[in-house]
Amino acid sequence: MTGNIHSFESFGTKDGPGIRFVIFMQGCPLRCLYCHNPDTWNVKNRAYEMTPEEVFKEINKVKNFIRNGGITISGGEPLLQPDFILELFKRCKEEGIHTAIDTSGYLLNDKIKDVLALTDLVLLDIKHINPNKYQTLTAKPLEPTLQFIDYLTETEKPMWVRYVLVPGYSNDEADLHQWAKYVSTLPTVQRVDILPFHQMGIHKWEQIGAKYQLKEVLPPTKEEIIQAETIFKSYGLPLI
Amino acid sequence: MDAYKDFQGTKWQETIDINDFILKNYTEYTGDEKFLESSTEATNKLWAELSQMFVEEKKKGIYDAETKMPSQIDAYGAGYIDQKLEKIVGLQTDKPLKRAIFPNGGLRMVQQSLEEYGYQLDPVTTEIFSKYRKTHNEGVFAAYTDSIRRARSNGLLTGLPDAYGRGRIIGDYRRVALYGVDRLINERVKRFQECDPIVMTDDLIRLREELSSQIEALKALKRMAESYGFDISNPANNAKEAIQWTYFAYLGAIKDQNGAAMSLGRVTTFLDIYIERDLKNGTLTEQEAQELMDHFVMKLRIVRFLRTNEYNELFSGDPVWVTESIGGMTNKGRSMVTKNSFRMLHTLYNLGPAPEPNLTVLWSDRLPEAWKKYCAKVSIDTSSLQYENDDLMRPQLGDDYGIACCVSPMRIGQQMQFFGARANLPKSLLYTINGGKDEITKKQVLPKHWVEKVSGDYLEFDEVWEKFDRTLDWVAETYVKALNIIHYMHDKYSYEALEMALHDVDIVRTQAFGVSGLSIIADSFAAIKYGKVRIVRDEDGDAVDYVNEKDYVPFGNNDDNTDQFAVQIVELFMNKIRKRKMYKNATPTQSVLTITSNVVYGKKTGNTPDGRRGGTPFAPGANPMHGRDTKGAVASLASVSKLPFEHANDGISYTFAITPNTLGKNRDEEAQNLCGLLDGYFLQTGHHLNVNIFDRQLLIDAMEHPEQYPQLTIRVSGYAVNFVRLTREQQLDVINRTIATAI
Repeated sequence: MTGNIHSFESFGTKDGPGIRFVIFMQGCPLRCLYCHNPDTWNVKNRAYEMTPEEVFKEINKVKNFIRNGGITISGGEPLLQPDFILELFKRCKEEGIHTAIDTSGYLLNDKIKDVLALTDLVLLDIKHINPNKYQTLTAKPLEPTLQFIDYLTETEKPMWVRYVLVPGYSNDEADLHQWAKYVSTLPTVQRVDILPFHQMGIHKWEQIGAKYQLKEVLPPTKEEIIQAETIFKSYGLPLI
Repeated sequence: MDAYKDFQGTKWQETIDINDFILKNYTEYTGDEKFLESSTEATNKLWAELSQMFVEEKKKGIYDAETKMPSQIDAYGAGYIDQKLEKIVGLQTDKPLKRAIFPNGGLRMVQQSLEEYGYQLDPVTTEIFSKYRKTHNEGVFAAYTDSIRRARSNGLLTGLPDAYGRGRIIGDYRRVALYGVDRLINERVKRFQECDPIVMTDDLIRLREELSSQIEALKALKRMAESYGFDISNPANNAKEAIQWTYFAYLGAIKDQNGAAMSLGRVTTFLDIYIERDLKNGTLTEQEAQELMDHFVMKLRIVRFLRTNEYNELFSGDPVWVTESIGGMTNKGRSMVTKNSFRMLHTLYNLGPAPEPNLTVLWSDRLPEAWKKYCAKVSIDTSSLQYENDDLMRPQLGDDYGIACCVSPMRIGQQMQFFGARANLPKSLLYTINGGKDEITKKQVLPKHWVEKVSGDYLEFDEVWEKFDRTLDWVAETYVKALNIIHYMHDKYSYEALEMALHDVDIVRTQAFGVSGLSIIADSFAAIKYGKVRIVRDEDGDAVDYVNEKDYVPFGNNDDNTDQFAVQIVELFMNKIRKRKMYKNATPTQSVLTITSNVVYGKKTGNTPDGRRGGTPFAPGANPMHGRDTKGAVASLASVSKLPFEHANDGISYTFAITPNTLGKNRDEEAQNLCGLLDGYFLQTGHHLNVNIFDRQLLIDAMEHPEQYPQLTIRVSGYAVNFVRLTREQQLDVINRTIATAI
């Protein structure tokens, strides 16, 4: 069994605690308008096809660097390939390596539940709180993600929740309040990050020949970021 | 007052043994930086005065220069910045920033550098050194072989210390503080008298002459201190005297020698013992202690040597390598971090960032967490620190070694090195392909038929590897000959009497060879073996270009196949050196270090099989080539950490740059992740790391508006420079290098 991998980043510092070895998996069911890695969408466009053992060898080569960190599986949507992750995580757990998954929470099944049992931390993107706007932004419904979160809550899985702040799409004040209110009810959320939208993925849209709709959207201003932070903090969210 | 009151231990009193003194008396500090004090008014005023002089110095190239009297330990009399404000005194000449001359190294070098700045060497001095006194430079060229001259003029061996002082010798300057000069003289005299065997051999005659010179140098050191009103015959009585005595000893060394690297050693924790005693006795406050260190460091920041433009092109930014090694662990596993380690780093805040002294943290993952975090914070704020692996060096060198120059470890007062610049490996590969002929000058450098040129259309791995091995035989042979001659002559015409007087008489000597362009060589062999390289020849049938018809994974991506080439070649070349006889029976060593000469080496080297265009700078030291390490910082560090220290005992330098944002989301995370990187790199047996933390935009802005960034400091290979003092070419090289950024 092999995994379809887009790329590796050996020094991740934003995708979990400490230094992370990040594996970007290929393939994603969502089509987020602001996606900065659209080249990960198509599961067939992989750069690497590797077995879990081969990837584990790569991890082992940097084990001294990730002593206080670990590995993070990102994407794309990593949970499209649960078999691969399950095998990889089994190896990691044998060696006491901290495991994290960066997901949209769109998929959940028994195999994924097995993966989550070996996952120390889930980095979860809740891209919007309003179901219609979520659909507009991602081309998929919000509901599966909410169910996914319910499962994480039931199983007491630690979470870092992320919110991409896109002016005109996800910065409506009432939405921010509602989002924060919802997240504040989740007992296992350890940290909340606001990720300001940026235009750095634009060339990749051109590369894959897809139409990029946010060309005219500017990154949020400092004031807009502070405003969102203030709202989040008013609900007691653990912002970093 | 009894100089040794409250000090523990007796062994160091019976024999000269600074290591024993430190271990018996230092106070380990595991707390954080909160105790530190800011600069005093006197410090601010002195630094402001100097800062104004720096502006003028930058404008003119040098502030002022001596034109007549050659430098000696006591040649120029006392000099001050502002006498009433200075807690620590002593200048190289009679005025701050005024550069002395050292014609016994080479007359032409002195004449040329003076003329470049609009000065003229005094005719009498000129006459003496052209007519009556031979120089080191003349001595070397009187003995050089044709093969050495060819290797040198074609850029195969570059930067050899045949026209400038070799440096990389660290006197144990602490001995003057702990023992006083008289005791050191007496020990020397005793040895001199004992050295009277029945058969007087060359070696013993030389030893006797060296001992005489050392005794004279120590006497001159006393006279120099006297000119400032200090009697340093006896041990220092308190912290102020200990710092002053230590500084006088170092000052004597830089008046005696214009060595390329004049490193300080490892004085911080030693001085802490005196400071702690004074603090306990209530005769010194924390603010006064910091002020003493600030003033000491200020002096170290204004060390200057007169050098030619050509030299500056190789080693830019006026480096002196006043390297000070800080931290580290004892053999028994106790941290050697003291409060004074913090004070030393804190000078970067009190006086602002600066390239000198070259602050070097000896790292172990067992160092106190608060110290590690403080170092990381200082790096993030100033980019002025370098780090070296204490756990790698200590087992071999004990717990009282220091770094000379950039990365060269040696036991303080017990070991010295014969410095030897570096060989151009990529050029060696091109010679291999072209049968020993230079790709640019078209001169036949290797003897004809030493290697037969490659005749096929494609580079075949087995053929190239075998011929490269043979080429390296010649390079090693020629290189060893050159260094043996250079150091014979340096000893003869420009002996470092004071520095050697501050060593044991019987010492370990190493002879340090170096290689440049290692990542290009690794990439070239990876391209040949795992890719496909077609040769392009000119009308003479010489290979002048290469086409990469199939991709390969470059060095710096943690790919064992490629990285293995870098590892193998380091060992291969070292073994070729090891086979040969060294000057004074020294132990040969090797470094992977280019300093800033990677730019010049690149300029002199044609297209290479890895795809690099001719003239492009090499990556510095052991760095992967710019932009080829694409798997992130950790993969890059992991690749470099594979290079074998046991075959590169003189150091493996990696100059690393990263943006603050890539390190973490806030200051605390940035510091924590930097500590994680350092721990990881050194646990994987990496040797040296320069840490730069800045955004590329900042450097571009500094290049356009240098006046706004007078103190912007960056780490280059093994030392630090004021960014604005680099040549534009070098600034661009730094800007174009890989700066690890978040994706």
